[in-house]
Amino acid sequence: MKTVFVTVGTTSFDELIESITSPETVQALTALGYERLVLQVGRGSLVPAADSSPHVTLEAYRFKDSIAEDIEQADLVISHAGAGSCLESLGAGKSLLVVVNDKLMNNHQLEMARQLHMDSHLLYCTCSTLTETLRTMDLSVLQPFLPGQPKNFAHFLDKALGVQ
Amino acid sequence: MAFLEGAVYAVGFICLLFIIRLYYIVKTGSNYKPGAKGPVAVLVVAGSGGHTTEILRLMESLSAGYTPRHYVIADTDRMSEEKICSFESSKQNSDSESQFSICRIPRSREVLQSWSSSVLSTLHALRFSLPLVFRLRPDVVLCNGPGTCVPLCVAALLLGILGMKKVLIVYVESICRVQTLSLTGKILYPISDYFFVQWSSLRDKYPKSIFLGRIV
Repeated sequence: MKTVFVTVGTTSFDELIESITSPETVQALTALGYERLVLQVGRGSLVPAADSSPHVTLEAYRFKDSIAEDIEQADLVISHAGAGSCLESLGAGKSLLVVVNDKLMNNHQLEMARQLHMDSHLLYCTCSTLTETLRTMDLSVLQPFLPGQPKNFAHFLDKALGVQ
Repeated sequence: MAFLEGAVYAVGFICLLFIIRLYYIVKTGSNYKPGAKGPVAVLVVAGSGGHTTEILRLMESLSAGYTPRHYVIADTDRMSEEKICSFESSKQNSDSESQFSICRIPRSREVLQSWSSSVLSTLHALRFSLPLVFRLRPDVVLCNGPGTCVPLCVAALLLGILGMKKVLIVYVESICRVQTLSLTGKILYPISDYFFVQWSSLRDKYPKSIFLGRIV
Protein backbone atom coordinates (compact mmCIF):
# COMPACT_ATOMS: atom_id res chain seq x y z
CA MET A 1 0.00 0.00 0.00
CA LYS A 2 1.50 3.33 -1.05
CA THR A 3 2.14 5.20 2.20
CA VAL A 4 2.80 8.77 3.30
CA PHE A 5 4.45 9.30 6.67
CA VAL A 6 4.04 12.70 8.31
CA THR A 7 6.31 13.61 11.25
CA VAL A 8 6.52 16.73 13.41
CA GLY A 9 9.27 15.55 15.79
CA THR A 10 9.17 16.45 19.48
CA THR A 11 7.32 19.73 18.90
CA SER A 12 3.73 20.38 17.85
CA PHE A 13 2.64 21.48 14.40
CA ASP A 14 -1.19 21.36 14.38
CA GLU A 15 -1.37 23.43 11.22
CA LEU A 16 0.43 20.71 9.28
CA ILE A 17 -1.75 17.92 10.69
CA GLU A 18 -4.85 19.97 9.87
CA SER A 19 -3.66 20.70 6.32
CA ILE A 20 -2.63 17.14 5.52
CA THR A 21 -6.00 15.72 6.64
CA SER A 22 -8.10 18.37 4.88
CA PRO A 23 -10.35 16.93 2.14
CA GLU A 24 -8.47 18.78 -0.67
CA THR A 25 -5.08 17.48 0.42
CA VAL A 26 -6.34 13.93 0.92
CA GLN A 27 -7.82 14.11 -2.56
CA ALA A 28 -4.47 15.26 -3.95
CA LEU A 29 -2.77 12.33 -2.20
CA THR A 30 -5.22 9.72 -3.46
CA ALA A 31 -4.86 11.16 -6.97
CA LEU A 32 -1.14 10.35 -6.65
CA GLY A 33 -1.98 6.79 -5.60
CA TYR A 34 -1.28 7.10 -1.88
CA GLU A 35 -3.67 4.96 0.15
CA ARG A 36 -2.26 5.06 3.65
CA LEU A 37 -1.44 8.05 5.86
CA VAL A 38 0.61 7.66 9.06
CA LEU A 39 0.83 10.74 11.30
CA GLN A 40 3.28 11.35 14.12
CA VAL A 41 1.74 14.38 15.82
CA GLY A 42 4.07 15.00 18.80
CA ARG A 43 2.77 17.39 21.42
CA GLY A 44 0.05 18.75 19.14
CA SER A 45 -3.55 19.09 20.29
CA LEU A 46 -4.84 17.36 17.16
CA VAL A 47 -4.81 13.53 16.97
CA PRO A 48 -7.07 12.65 14.02
CA ALA A 49 -9.27 9.60 14.47
CA ALA A 50 -8.73 6.59 12.21
CA ASP A 51 -12.11 7.06 10.53
CA SER A 52 -11.82 10.81 9.97
CA SER A 53 -10.73 10.45 6.34
CA PRO A 54 -12.90 7.99 4.41
CA HIS A 55 -10.62 7.76 1.37
CA VAL A 56 -7.34 6.75 3.04
CA THR A 57 -6.26 4.40 5.78
CA LEU A 58 -5.25 6.71 8.60
CA GLU A 59 -3.09 6.05 11.66
CA ALA A 60 -2.02 8.71 14.15
CA TYR A 61 0.19 8.58 17.23
CA ARG A 62 2.14 11.04 19.36
CA PHE A 63 5.57 9.51 19.90
CA LYS A 64 7.53 6.32 19.33
CA ASP A 65 11.04 5.45 20.49
CA SER A 66 12.10 5.22 16.88
CA ILE A 67 10.38 6.40 13.73
CA ALA A 68 12.81 4.40 11.57
CA GLU A 69 10.26 1.71 10.81
CA ASP A 70 7.60 4.21 9.72
CA ILE A 71 10.14 5.91 7.47
CA GLU A 72 11.15 2.55 6.04
CA GLN A 73 7.54 1.68 5.17
CA ALA A 74 6.78 5.07 3.62
CA ASP A 75 7.00 6.02 -0.04
CA LEU A 76 6.87 9.72 0.77
CA VAL A 77 7.90 11.41 4.01
CA ILE A 78 6.43 14.78 4.94
CA SER A 79 8.36 16.41 7.76
CA HIS A 80 8.66 19.62 9.72
CA ALA A 81 12.18 20.91 9.04
CA GLY A 82 13.78 19.00 11.95
CA ALA A 83 17.34 17.95 11.22
CA GLY A 84 16.94 14.47 12.68
CA SER A 85 13.94 13.45 10.59
CA CYS A 86 15.42 15.05 7.44
CA LEU A 87 18.68 13.12 7.77
CA GLU A 88 16.93 9.89 8.70
CA SER A 89 14.51 10.07 5.77
CA LEU A 90 17.14 11.02 3.19
CA GLY A 91 19.51 8.43 4.62
CA ALA A 92 16.81 5.80 4.06
CA GLY A 93 16.56 6.96 0.45
CA LYS A 94 13.00 8.30 0.77
CA SER A 95 11.40 11.18 -1.11
CA LEU A 96 11.04 14.02 1.34
CA LEU A 97 8.76 17.03 1.41
CA VAL A 98 9.56 19.53 4.16
CA VAL A 99 6.73 21.74 5.35
CA VAL A 100 8.07 24.81 7.06
CA ASN A 101 6.27 26.33 10.01
CA ASP A 102 6.32 30.02 9.01
CA LYS A 103 5.83 30.95 12.66
CA LEU A 104 9.35 29.69 13.39
CA MET A 105 11.12 31.44 10.53
CA ASN A 106 14.35 32.18 12.39
CA ASN A 107 14.72 28.73 13.87
CA HIS A 108 18.25 27.54 13.01
CA GLN A 109 16.87 24.07 12.29
CA LEU A 110 15.52 25.49 9.03
CA GLU A 111 19.03 26.26 7.77
CA MET A 112 19.77 22.70 6.83
CA ALA A 113 16.38 22.03 5.25
CA ARG A 114 16.81 25.16 3.09
CA GLN A 115 20.29 24.08 2.01
CA LEU A 116 19.15 20.52 1.22
CA HIS A 117 16.34 22.05 -0.83
CA MET A 118 18.82 24.21 -2.76
CA ASP A 119 20.87 21.09 -3.42
CA SER A 120 17.71 19.36 -4.74
CA HIS A 121 17.59 16.66 -2.07
CA LEU A 122 14.10 17.55 -0.87
CA LEU A 123 10.98 19.56 -1.71
CA TYR A 124 10.03 22.53 0.40
CA CYS A 125 6.73 24.30 1.06
CA THR A 126 4.52 25.86 3.73
CA CYS A 127 1.12 24.72 5.01
CA SER A 128 -0.71 27.15 2.75
CA THR A 129 1.03 25.77 -0.37
CA LEU A 130 0.94 22.10 0.67
CA THR A 131 -1.99 20.98 -1.49
CA GLU A 132 -0.69 22.85 -4.52
CA THR A 133 2.80 21.40 -4.02
CA LEU A 134 1.44 17.85 -3.81
CA ARG A 135 -0.58 18.37 -7.02
CA THR A 136 2.34 19.69 -9.02
CA MET A 137 5.40 18.03 -7.46
CA ASP A 138 7.86 16.04 -9.53
CA LEU A 139 9.78 13.63 -7.30
CA SER A 140 12.06 12.58 -10.16
CA VAL A 141 13.99 15.87 -9.91
CA LEU A 142 15.27 14.95 -6.45
CA GLN A 143 18.96 14.08 -6.24
CA PRO A 144 20.11 11.09 -4.18
CA PHE A 145 21.62 12.05 -0.83
CA LEU A 146 24.96 10.39 -0.23
CA PRO A 147 25.86 9.53 3.36
CA GLY A 148 28.49 11.62 5.14
CA GLN A 149 32.04 10.25 5.26
CA PRO A 150 33.34 9.93 8.83
CA LYS A 151 36.33 8.06 7.34
CA ASN A 152 37.61 11.38 5.99
CA PHE A 153 37.52 12.79 9.50
CA ALA A 154 39.37 9.75 10.88
CA HIS A 155 42.09 9.96 8.19
CA PHE A 156 42.60 13.66 8.84
CA LEU A 157 42.81 13.19 12.61
CA ASP A 158 45.16 10.18 12.35
CA LYS A 159 47.54 12.26 10.26
CA ALA A 160 47.24 15.38 12.40
CA LEU A 161 47.80 13.54 15.70
CA GLY A 162 50.37 11.09 14.35
CA VAL A 163 48.24 8.02 15.11
CA GLN A 164 49.45 4.88 13.34
CA MET B 1 49.34 51.86 49.74
CA ALA B 2 52.56 50.55 48.31
CA PHE B 3 51.44 47.05 49.19
CA LEU B 4 48.15 47.53 47.31
CA GLU B 5 49.99 48.86 44.30
CA GLY B 6 52.30 45.89 44.39
CA ALA B 7 49.39 43.49 44.58
CA VAL B 8 47.70 45.11 41.59
CA TYR B 9 50.93 44.84 39.57
CA ALA B 10 51.32 41.21 40.61
CA VAL B 11 47.78 40.32 39.56
CA GLY B 12 48.25 42.20 36.30
CA PHE B 13 51.53 40.38 35.68
CA ILE B 14 49.93 36.98 36.33
CA CYS B 15 47.07 37.83 33.97
CA LEU B 16 49.56 38.84 31.30
CA LEU B 17 51.50 35.59 31.78
CA PHE B 18 48.22 33.70 31.50
CA ILE B 19 47.31 35.40 28.24
CA ILE B 20 50.76 34.83 26.73
CA ARG B 21 50.63 31.21 27.80
CA LEU B 22 47.09 30.85 26.38
CA TYR B 23 48.22 32.33 23.06
CA TYR B 24 51.21 29.99 22.96
CA ILE B 25 49.10 26.90 23.82
CA VAL B 26 46.52 27.66 21.13
CA LYS B 27 49.15 28.51 18.48
CA THR B 28 51.31 25.43 18.99
CA GLY B 29 48.46 22.91 19.17
CA SER B 30 48.79 21.75 15.58
CA ASN B 31 52.43 20.70 16.10
CA TYR B 32 51.55 18.42 18.97
CA LYS B 33 51.29 14.74 17.96
CA PRO B 34 50.17 12.62 20.93
CA GLY B 35 49.61 9.61 18.64
CA ALA B 36 53.34 9.21 18.06
CA LYS B 37 53.80 8.08 21.67
CA GLY B 38 51.06 5.43 21.72
CA PRO B 39 47.29 5.24 22.21
CA VAL B 40 45.43 8.54 22.37
CA ALA B 41 43.07 9.05 25.32
CA VAL B 42 39.91 10.81 24.21
CA LEU B 43 37.33 12.71 26.21
CA VAL B 44 34.16 12.57 24.12
CA VAL B 45 31.45 15.10 24.93
CA ALA B 46 28.11 13.62 23.99
CA GLY B 47 25.29 16.14 24.05
CA SER B 48 21.77 14.90 23.76
CA GLY B 49 19.66 13.56 20.91
CA GLY B 50 21.12 14.63 17.57
CA HIS B 51 24.48 15.63 19.04
CA THR B 52 25.03 12.13 20.43
CA THR B 53 24.02 10.51 17.15
CA GLU B 54 26.53 12.68 15.28
CA ILE B 55 29.42 12.16 17.67
CA LEU B 56 28.93 8.37 17.65
CA ARG B 57 29.09 8.43 13.84
CA LEU B 58 32.52 10.05 14.23
CA MET B 59 33.62 7.62 16.94
CA GLU B 60 32.64 4.70 14.72
CA SER B 61 35.29 5.70 12.21
CA LEU B 62 38.14 6.10 14.72
CA SER B 63 40.59 3.23 15.07
CA ALA B 64 41.60 1.37 18.23
CA GLY B 65 44.48 3.87 18.46
CA TYR B 66 42.02 6.12 20.28
CA THR B 67 41.92 4.38 23.68
CA PRO B 68 40.62 4.80 26.32
CA ARG B 69 37.45 6.71 25.49
CA HIS B 70 35.76 8.69 28.25
CA TYR B 71 32.25 9.83 27.40
CA VAL B 72 30.81 12.82 29.21
CA ILE B 73 27.04 13.20 29.30
CA ALA B 74 24.70 15.67 31.00
CA ASP B 75 23.17 14.26 34.16
CA THR B 76 19.65 14.88 32.86
CA ASP B 77 20.28 12.76 29.78
CA ARG B 78 19.13 9.12 29.89
CA MET B 79 18.98 8.38 26.17
CA SER B 80 22.66 9.01 25.44
CA GLU B 81 24.00 6.48 27.93
CA GLU B 82 22.00 3.74 26.26
CA LYS B 83 23.23 4.77 22.79
CA ILE B 84 26.85 4.91 23.95
CA CYS B 85 26.72 1.52 25.63
CA SER B 86 25.18 -0.20 22.62
CA PHE B 87 27.72 1.50 20.35
CA GLU B 88 30.68 0.46 22.49
CA SER B 89 29.48 -3.12 22.84
CA SER B 90 29.22 -3.41 19.05
CA LYS B 91 32.76 -2.04 18.81
CA GLN B 92 34.01 -4.47 21.45
CA ASN B 93 33.52 -7.38 19.07
CA SER B 94 36.01 -6.07 16.56
CA ASP B 95 38.75 -5.26 19.06
CA SER B 96 38.74 -7.03 22.39
CA GLU B 97 40.96 -4.61 24.28
CA SER B 98 38.84 -1.50 23.83
CA GLN B 99 37.86 0.32 26.99
CA PHE B 100 35.52 3.16 27.81
CA SER B 101 33.87 4.96 30.70
CA ILE B 102 30.87 7.25 31.12
CA CYS B 103 31.03 10.37 33.31
CA ARG B 104 28.18 12.73 34.21
CA ILE B 105 28.26 16.47 34.77
CA PRO B 106 25.44 19.01 35.26
CA ARG B 107 24.06 20.32 31.99
CA SER B 108 25.36 23.82 31.34
CA ARG B 109 22.55 25.02 29.13
CA GLU B 110 19.08 23.66 28.56
CA VAL B 111 17.51 24.41 25.18
CA LEU B 112 16.05 27.94 25.16
CA GLN B 113 17.59 28.83 28.52
CA SER B 114 18.34 32.55 28.85
CA TRP B 115 21.86 33.92 28.39
CA SER B 116 22.41 35.18 31.92
CA SER B 117 21.34 31.97 33.60
CA SER B 118 23.44 30.04 31.02
CA VAL B 119 26.53 31.84 32.31
CA LEU B 120 25.70 30.86 35.89
CA SER B 121 25.01 27.23 35.11
CA THR B 122 28.16 27.04 32.95
CA LEU B 123 30.19 28.27 35.93
CA HIS B 124 28.43 25.65 38.02
CA ALA B 125 29.33 22.98 35.46
CA LEU B 126 32.96 24.18 35.51
CA ARG B 127 33.20 23.13 39.13
CA PHE B 128 32.59 19.56 37.99
CA SER B 129 34.50 19.78 34.72
CA LEU B 130 37.81 20.91 36.24
CA PRO B 131 38.30 17.91 38.58
CA LEU B 132 37.10 15.55 35.86
CA VAL B 133 39.52 16.77 33.20
CA PHE B 134 42.38 17.08 35.71
CA ARG B 135 41.81 13.51 36.81
CA LEU B 136 41.41 11.91 33.36
CA ARG B 137 44.11 13.99 31.63
CA PRO B 138 42.99 13.11 28.11
CA ASP B 139 45.13 13.80 25.04
CA VAL B 140 42.13 15.04 23.09
CA VAL B 141 38.71 16.53 23.85
CA LEU B 142 36.28 15.77 21.03
CA CYS B 143 33.02 17.70 20.96
CA ASN B 144 30.31 18.82 18.58
CA GLY B 145 28.13 21.51 20.02
CA PRO B 146 26.19 20.90 23.22
CA GLY B 147 26.75 23.61 25.85
CA THR B 148 28.47 21.05 28.07
CA CYS B 149 31.54 21.35 25.79
CA VAL B 150 32.45 24.82 26.96
CA PRO B 151 33.39 24.16 30.62
CA LEU B 152 35.20 20.96 29.60
CA CYS B 153 37.25 22.74 26.94
CA VAL B 154 38.05 25.56 29.37
CA ALA B 155 39.28 22.95 31.85
CA ALA B 156 41.34 21.30 29.09
CA LEU B 157 42.86 24.65 28.18
CA LEU B 158 43.72 25.30 31.81
CA LEU B 159 45.70 22.05 31.98
CA GLY B 160 47.77 23.37 29.09
CA ILE B 161 48.18 26.87 30.50
CA LEU B 162 49.41 25.48 33.81
CA GLY B 163 51.87 23.32 31.87
CA MET B 164 50.42 20.09 33.29
CA LYS B 165 49.38 18.55 30.00
CA LYS B 166 48.64 19.73 26.48
CA VAL B 167 45.06 18.69 25.64
CA LEU B 168 44.02 19.09 22.01
CA ILE B 169 40.54 20.49 21.45
CA VAL B 170 38.81 19.01 18.41
CA TYR B 171 35.47 20.58 17.56
CA VAL B 172 33.08 19.36 14.88
CA GLU B 173 30.19 21.73 14.18
CA SER B 174 26.84 20.00 13.86
CA ILE B 175 25.64 19.20 10.34
CA CYS B 176 22.55 21.35 11.13
CA ARG B 177 24.73 24.46 10.93
CA VAL B 178 24.93 25.68 7.35
CA GLN B 179 25.20 29.48 7.50
CA THR B 180 25.94 30.35 11.12
CA LEU B 181 27.94 28.71 13.90
CA SER B 182 26.19 27.58 17.08
CA LEU B 183 26.83 29.61 20.22
CA THR B 184 29.20 26.88 21.43
CA GLY B 185 30.96 26.93 18.06
CA LYS B 186 31.48 30.68 18.24
CA ILE B 187 32.97 30.38 21.73
CA LEU B 188 35.27 27.47 20.86
CA TYR B 189 36.39 28.68 17.41
CA PRO B 190 39.30 30.78 18.75
CA ILE B 191 40.53 28.21 21.28
CA SER B 192 40.11 24.89 19.46
CA ASP B 193 43.08 23.21 17.75
CA TYR B 194 41.04 21.55 14.99
CA PHE B 195 37.69 23.09 14.07
CA PHE B 196 35.61 21.16 11.53
CA VAL B 197 32.58 22.48 9.64
CA GLN B 198 30.39 20.44 7.32
CA TRP B 199 29.19 23.02 4.81
CA SER B 200 31.32 25.11 2.47
CA SER B 201 29.43 28.31 3.32
CA LEU B 202 30.78 28.11 6.88
CA ARG B 203 34.32 27.37 5.68
CA ASP B 204 34.18 30.57 3.61
CA LYS B 205 33.15 32.60 6.67
CA TYR B 206 35.59 30.99 9.11
CA PRO B 207 39.04 30.67 7.50
CA LYS B 208 40.57 28.61 10.32
CA SER B 209 37.95 25.90 9.95
CA ILE B 210 38.55 22.55 8.24
CA PHE B 211 36.05 21.42 5.62
CA LEU B 212 36.05 17.79 4.45
CA GLY B 213 32.46 17.68 3.20
CA ARG B 214 29.79 16.06 5.30
CA ILE B 215 31.48 13.78 7.85
CA VAL B 216 28.54 12.43 9.85
